[in-house]
Amino acid sequence: MIEVGELTLVDAQAPIASPAAISLSEPKDFVALLKPRVMSLVVLTALTGLVVAPVTMHPTLAVISILAIAIGAGAAGALNMWYDADIDAMMTRTAKRPVPTGRVSGEAALAFGLALSLLSVCLLGLASNWFAAAFLAFTIFFYAVVYTMGLKRSTPQNIVIGGAAGAFPPMIGYAAATGTVSPESIILFLIIFLWTPPHFWALALFKLRDYGTANVPMLPNVAGERATRIQIFAYSLVLAPVGVAPFILGYAGPVYGAASILLGLNFLRHAFAVLKMADGDAKMIPAKKLFGFSILYLFGLFAMLLVDAALKVALGG
Amino acid sequence: MIVEREDRVRLTEAEQRARRNRSLAIGAVLVGLVVIFYFVTLAKMAS
Repeated sequence: MIEVGELTLVDAQAPIASPAAISLSEPKDFVALLKPRVMSLVVLTALTGLVVAPVTMHPTLAVISILAIAIGAGAAGALNMWYDADIDAMMTRTAKRPVPTGRVSGEAALAFGLALSLLSVCLLGLASNWFAAAFLAFTIFFYAVVYTMGLKRSTPQNIVIGGAAGAFPPMIGYAAATGTVSPESIILFLIIFLWTPPHFWALALFKLRDYGTANVPMLPNVAGERATRIQIFAYSLVLAPVGVAPFILGYAGPVYGAASILLGLNFLRHAFAVLKMADGDAKMIPAKKLFGFSILYLFGLFAMLLVDAALKVALGG
Repeated sequence: MIVEREDRVRLTEAEQRARRNRSLAIGAVLVGLVVIFYFVTLAKMAS
């Protein structure tokens, strides 16, 4: 197309975009790219990290910092969905995501993810400090590049190492308030880091065929169901006491201590039921129960840390 | 003067609606960013 003065000449031979190339994407499709349920967990854990920090942030800056961390998590989710569209299309759990269904093009998902990454990091840097912003940038990189592009398709330890990306948000929240890391924030990291394998392996057990179809080397597909059940129980044995550690180390009060012991014992009970599950169990009820409870467990622990912090303030501690 | 091609793609109603919704969402996000940066500036000046 050439513009000459007011005249626009159009090359009649030039190809026109096919109607299929015109986007029908709705805003809700872009919201779905952000993985809102994962974002809600990130908001809770990052907020907990920020609240338990010994420094009080300006409330406006605290809210905007949490928003920035949530946007960063969403950006990482969008980049993950851009890269994984091929395997997402093969799995029932993910086949209806915006990219594999064609509601959002891969290019749009990539641009969206990159733009939000940049925005979230800059926003966090301006609202809190540049150490926290760099930490967020590293977390997005770790999830999108190290986990999604590297580990996920190459090793059954994918979610063990990649789980670090999901465990960083409370450390980022803490860093937003203090500008540093501490043993307290590392404990919060460890809780999520140790929680991730039993959570995802429980899912992988009853979605075994899905991951097999997509050629994703999840532990049950590579090492078998029995080895996975043992690993789930082993991780749960370590996770339960680490979940109580904030109380034992004096970072949290007795309300959190009691809740974390109860939640930990229940987690172990579910993990033991998975351990006792028969090989080739068609329904995998214990694995489904553990998966469901694991979400409640993590929400419960971090919510109780917030309650504990609120009680400390209310009681003038 | 603009010479229109007869075979130019015309958006369907659904496509027009989707584009309008995307434009509104982008507009809302931009307004939201202005508000956020305004409050960040105020809070930074206060602290």
